[in-house]
Amino acid sequence: MEHLAQSEPRPEPQPEPLSAAELAAMRRSMTNGRMALTRRSLLRASGAGVLGLGGLGALSACGIPPAGRTDAGSSADHSRQEKRVAFSNWTEYIDVSDDEKHHPTLEGFTKRTGIKVKYTEDINDNDEFFGKVQAQLAAGQDTGRDLICLTDWMCARMISLGWIQPLDPAHLPHAYTNLSPQFRDPDWDPGRAHSYTWQGIPTVIAYNKKATGGRKVDSVDQLLTDPKLKGRVGFLSEMRDSVGMTLLDMGKRPEDVSSDDFDAALARLQKGVDSKQIRRFTGNDYLNDLSKGDLAACIAWAGDIVQLQNDNSDIAYAIPDAGYMTSTDNLMVPNKARHKENAERLIDYFYEPKIAARIAAYINYVCPVDGVREELAKIDKSLADNPLILPDKEMAARSHAFRALGSKENKEFAQKFADLTGA
Amino acid sequence: MSAATEAPPEPAPAPVLEVRKPPVRKRLVPYWLLLPGILWLLVFFAAPLVYQASTSIQTGSLEEGFKVTWHFATYWDALGEYWPQFVRSVLFAAVATLLCLVLGYPLAYLIAFKAGRWRNVVMILVIAPFFTSFLIRTLAWKTILADSGPVVSALNSLHFLDVTSAIGLTEGTRVLATPLAVVCGLTYNFLPFMILPLYTCLERIDPRLHEAAGDLYAKPVTTFRKVTFPLSMPGVVAGTLLTFIPAAGDYINAELLGSTDQKMIGNVIQSQFLRVLDYPTAAALSFILMAAILAMVTLYIRKAGTEDLV
Repeated sequence: MEHLAQSEPRPEPQPEPLSAAELAAMRRSMTNGRMALTRRSLLRASGAGVLGLGGLGALSACGIPPAGRTDAGSSADHSRQEKRVAFSNWTEYIDVSDDEKHHPTLEGFTKRTGIKVKYTEDINDNDEFFGKVQAQLAAGQDTGRDLICLTDWMCARMISLGWIQPLDPAHLPHAYTNLSPQFRDPDWDPGRAHSYTWQGIPTVIAYNKKATGGRKVDSVDQLLTDPKLKGRVGFLSEMRDSVGMTLLDMGKRPEDVSSDDFDAALARLQKGVDSKQIRRFTGNDYLNDLSKGDLAACIAWAGDIVQLQNDNSDIAYAIPDAGYMTSTDNLMVPNKARHKENAERLIDYFYEPKIAARIAAYINYVCPVDGVREELAKIDKSLADNPLILPDKEMAARSHAFRALGSKENKEFAQKFADLTGA
Repeated sequence: MSAATEAPPEPAPAPVLEVRKPPVRKRLVPYWLLLPGILWLLVFFAAPLVYQASTSIQTGSLEEGFKVTWHFATYWDALGEYWPQFVRSVLFAAVATLLCLVLGYPLAYLIAFKAGRWRNVVMILVIAPFFTSFLIRTLAWKTILADSGPVVSALNSLHFLDVTSAIGLTEGTRVLATPLAVVCGLTYNFLPFMILPLYTCLERIDPRLHEAAGDLYAKPVTTFRKVTFPLSMPGVVAGTLLTFIPAAGDYINAELLGSTDQKMIGNVIQSQFLRVLDYPTAAALSFILMAAILAMVTLYIRKAGTEDLV
């Protein structure tokens, strides 16, 4: 109550003259006492500082420069002088020795070429990684990375922004010969001028047999309408996978999706949200939910399912008759990378069937390397026969990919999909 | 008496003060000491704030670049589009703060007055969850509240979830992916921010005041109402602020424990900034959030009537 009384205006006719001692005490306190810096005066001062800084000039001085195609991208290559290469990849996306300290394939590369690989698992999310390197690449600076691995639509964006260096085919004999036909000519990088596939990622329907009561779930339509699954259906927060699978179920081709098709697919998903059929749109956390049975069925990434099946025998997957989506993660050399040739040699190394088989045996996604089947069979016969790792011809024919989107279209689609997922 | 009425000959002898004025160098010392803090604020607070203010009034695209066009309409559009998420954020954060207070106050009281030699152990138990990451702690709630887990089964057999789902807090027989789960996550994650300031505040209260109140025939309830609680107000205000402000801007809990209808404003900002690449809208939303929180906090501090937060 005390301070309330203080804040009330009180009649104060004349400031009484202070004694010398009082004045001195006051002055002392201004410089080194408690009065010196009250929270209020600090706030006031910082507020004024912000306002001063935030003057109109400062406001309009900011801005993001256009991301033009610059031929300044290719920088002096230090590959010959510096026997190093910095490779940024997703977590748990390469072979690991039993003690989890070494990456045997990378060490094999160093042994053969003398080039040291600085391997960093610093990619967790395409959008997040883009946010991380965007400012540097837009300003034409080196990101410190010679080789990065991103999903196709993000590769498309970065290539069209002119932030990726074209690869020199002379350094990529194995890659050129062994890249399997399915991945040879994406619409966003004709003839693989800028990128080579690291892994293919089939998007399938996965379900927990225990949670569905032994029921098979094999179509998007069933996911969206089966009352037995109500509230226990998951879709991926990755727009192209969720919408692509829905489009296929509607008999549309994601390869040439129109704006109307997209809206129709979204309306269908919206119905699933409104009827509470869909529980959540998930990122990587869907695996845990599916394993526990909180999700009875969901759209899932095949490589995850292969691994989850090892731990939980209730997990099953189905490939819809309407077809399935396959996206790819791709290796690229960003602008201003110091060791482009070393990076190219590393890409080429990954395309030797023996090496590719060792990686495929560990990470269980679709291997993009022709001739890997025999090598993989030597390591583990069951892996070589798993259609999720090495799709047969009939299965590969049912694989689809989402059309590359221009930036305006991409923004429109992303906004609509964000509205669907509630944010 | 006569000495007082006799007017002093002169006001204050100024020359004396002039002599005792500390040298300039000494007077500047506090400012030098402040320099690192000020610099830190400038670089990591003021500069990004200006940058963000600028971003919020820009237009453009990634290809063409973004230019300041003084496009203030972004603010109205953003507010018009996303006010439900704003309201939801404030609501969730307020409920979580209230729950934190209700749960945290007795615990802080216990640690301060009753724990005795167990005080340090209980304190460690309060702080221990901080040793793991925020994300892991939130993910743990997905296991705790799993559909077929013991907690949800118990709540179901008590018909508790029938009541909560009737008022829209939960969905059918599950807790995950509902408002209740998000509020639980927020409450859990920010509870220590409530307990610690409450504890430091309560701990400073002299126990003899309680005895005095008892001597004056105050019942324990009255003692609490008239003595303990008023004295702990700075802790209550600090705790509620430390809980409410981060909770209102949080997006992890809504992302992992909620569904489409539980997305908070933090989720929108994240999605606009990272996925839709609409930087101006994301920046405008951040500013609106900051302004709203500042306004609410100012009002609250006025009402709660305390200035010494620490």
